[in-house]
Amino acid sequence: MTFASRPSGLGVANVKSAPLEVTSETAAGLHDHLRAQVRWRLAEIAFWLATLLPFVLAPDYLVLASQVAIAALFALSLDLILGFSGIISLGHAAYFGVGAYTAGLLSVWGWGEPLTGLVIAGLAAGLFGYVTSFIVARFRHLALIMITLGIGLLLQQGANSASWLTGGFDGLQGIDTWPILQHFEFDLYGYTAYGYSLIVLFIVFLFARRLVYSPFGLALRGIRENGARMPAIGAPVYAHIRTIYTIGAMIAGIAGALLAQTTETVSLEALGFQRSADVLVMLVIGGTGRLYGGLVGAIVYVVARDRFSGLNPQYWYFWIGLLLIAVVMALPDGILGGLERLARRLRAKP
Amino acid sequence: MQRLLAGAGGAAALLLALVLAPLLALAELHPAIAAGTVRIALIMCYSGQFADTATEMDDAIKLYMQQHGDTVAGEKIKLIRKDTGGIAPDAAKRLAQEAIVRDHADILAGWILTPNALAGGDVSKAAKKFMVVMNAATSVIITKSPYMARTSSTTPQLNYTFGQWAVKNGNRKIYTMVSGYGPGIDAETWFQKGVKDAGGQIVGSVRFPVDNPDFSAFIQRAKDVNPQAIYIWVPGGAQPAAVGKALVERGIDINKTKILGQDALASESALKSMGNQALGIITVSNYDYNHQSKLNDAFVKAYNADFHRNPDFFSIGGYDGMHLIYAALKKDGGKTDGASLIAAARGMRWESPRGPMMIDPKTRDVVQTVYIRRVEKVGNELRNVDIDSVPHVKDPGNPMK
Repeated sequence: MTFASRPSGLGVANVKSAPLEVTSETAAGLHDHLRAQVRWRLAEIAFWLATLLPFVLAPDYLVLASQVAIAALFALSLDLILGFSGIISLGHAAYFGVGAYTAGLLSVWGWGEPLTGLVIAGLAAGLFGYVTSFIVARFRHLALIMITLGIGLLLQQGANSASWLTGGFDGLQGIDTWPILQHFEFDLYGYTAYGYSLIVLFIVFLFARRLVYSPFGLALRGIRENGARMPAIGAPVYAHIRTIYTIGAMIAGIAGALLAQTTETVSLEALGFQRSADVLVMLVIGGTGRLYGGLVGAIVYVVARDRFSGLNPQYWYFWIGLLLIAVVMALPDGILGGLERLARRLRAKP
Repeated sequence: MQRLLAGAGGAAALLLALVLAPLLALAELHPAIAAGTVRIALIMCYSGQFADTATEMDDAIKLYMQQHGDTVAGEKIKLIRKDTGGIAPDAAKRLAQEAIVRDHADILAGWILTPNALAGGDVSKAAKKFMVVMNAATSVIITKSPYMARTSSTTPQLNYTFGQWAVKNGNRKIYTMVSGYGPGIDAETWFQKGVKDAGGQIVGSVRFPVDNPDFSAFIQRAKDVNPQAIYIWVPGGAQPAAVGKALVERGIDINKTKILGQDALASESALKSMGNQALGIITVSNYDYNHQSKLNDAFVKAYNADFHRNPDFFSIGGYDGMHLIYAALKKDGGKTDGASLIAAARGMRWESPRGPMMIDPKTRDVVQTVYIRRVEKVGNELRNVDIDSVPHVKDPGNPMK
């Protein structure tokens, strides 16, 4: 991976050494601007502290909370490639599924240790992402939608045919996740499941946060805004796209592995189109191209789905549809975009 | 303009926040844990492509409670409905967990789709809760929890029996064609096993894609080897009509080459869409609304009066499932723990609209009569008429046997 071979490229402080032909005044301004972005805001700290609240306030909802955290991680992985790099994907569940099946199969074959399982699943999904990135990097827009959709469908059909390996339609049977660090058992209430998912989400989030504020992250945004001009300033567009696509696949795989380990189930729908579509909806609701967009979107979507389907198990999709239309019409940048505008307006007033 | 737009956006955000705030208020009041209440969580696919199957089952459950009251052994029955939305074992597992820790459910019931039921079995086992599978038909499900019983049927129960019946009734050379996914492959395996065990021969077999729109080529291929019968397994929906069309197109004479299948091939809606092409198709089932008995007449009449349609095998699974729950509660004096309920359910016998029913005392699986039916014209309507039956069939696919 390109960025891994230049570890210093990740450091925010190295922005200074970037060869920018600008006056010292604008350079300082730019520097301050970047610094300001990187700084931890109060709202962020409050957000992460709030993720601990379910332990105290809603201990009956921890299983749901763990699936929110997993959905958030999956949405974050899509945000990196779609929101930050402009690679549209309708088949992102392929990588989620590869991770889920890898973790599940490891457990079925007798290795139920969750942490190593998570790493191996992430690597497997990353490898698959790396291979497919060579195709993905060559296309944009509509063609990309068709190709990612195709990859997802191919993989799902493959998993159906290979039922000797995947269990086919019935799903993989016999997954048994060992206690984490041989101590924390997965319980009916979901304490371990949520704690585990939340910690993994936070660690991956820290990595993603560092990534998007790095020069590599800036280059990605450049590719998103105008891929044709990026080579003119010396940015290797294809290599960058392949790198971020691989990283996105890896994180999606980790999310899939988390779901497989915490629920001890994997079925074909882990690879399905519905899952790819759901994660896209979460991202759109929360706001694409924002670090917290996927996280907020996942919270709203999964919790709303739980509430609506509890109210009316038959016709709850109507309310989800209404929510989606309302968000897209009133808040084209998602909930976070709307909140940002609101904050700006309040600040502008004397 | 800019300000106006921003204002609108801000207002919308506020509105959204106001709408969502109560939704997000997770720490809602717990339902009071009233003594004397038995909570049954119905975990089914109420939305999505299988929604209608859940409706059929849910209606039968409503009918049973309407006929037998909502109090049994001094306990009030309360239903909690949970939607898995199609095949989603992770969601099914979570909903089962939540039903227990959040809604204090005592019994996990419903379970239409196999992957979901398999995931639910883990929860039943861990939480020691009685679980009643009212539809999912894969044999292995029953082994997932020692607190589980089944009131539907199993794929081997129907298809192994049918394979043997077919050979005994003069079809020695049989061709099979099935949808290439779990349930179809299961049916193929056990039908072929039944045929071979009875001394018949499988002269060819093919699996087609799940969403296959045209069967002409497959039927032609079967016709070329000239079998005495063709066994066809399709998942219902638009496919039986397509099969019927292909049979006519390829000139299959149903009097010379028998067409065999499982219930979905000749369900009420399948017969409507196939029309007269369906005449003579022989299928196997554990229940049909045309089954002739006093109990069934009354059941079909009551079901029609309430829901304006005929019950099907989803309905009877739900109806008998509720009966099992009621009867078990009565027998153990209203105790709701998994061990007492499953002990009461073991060996339970009763007369159902479908015929005599028993829960196998050893495997906890359903033991029942398997019916062989042929599509015939009754008055102006196409109906499945029972031509033979095999009583007291246990699940030949049960791995615990």
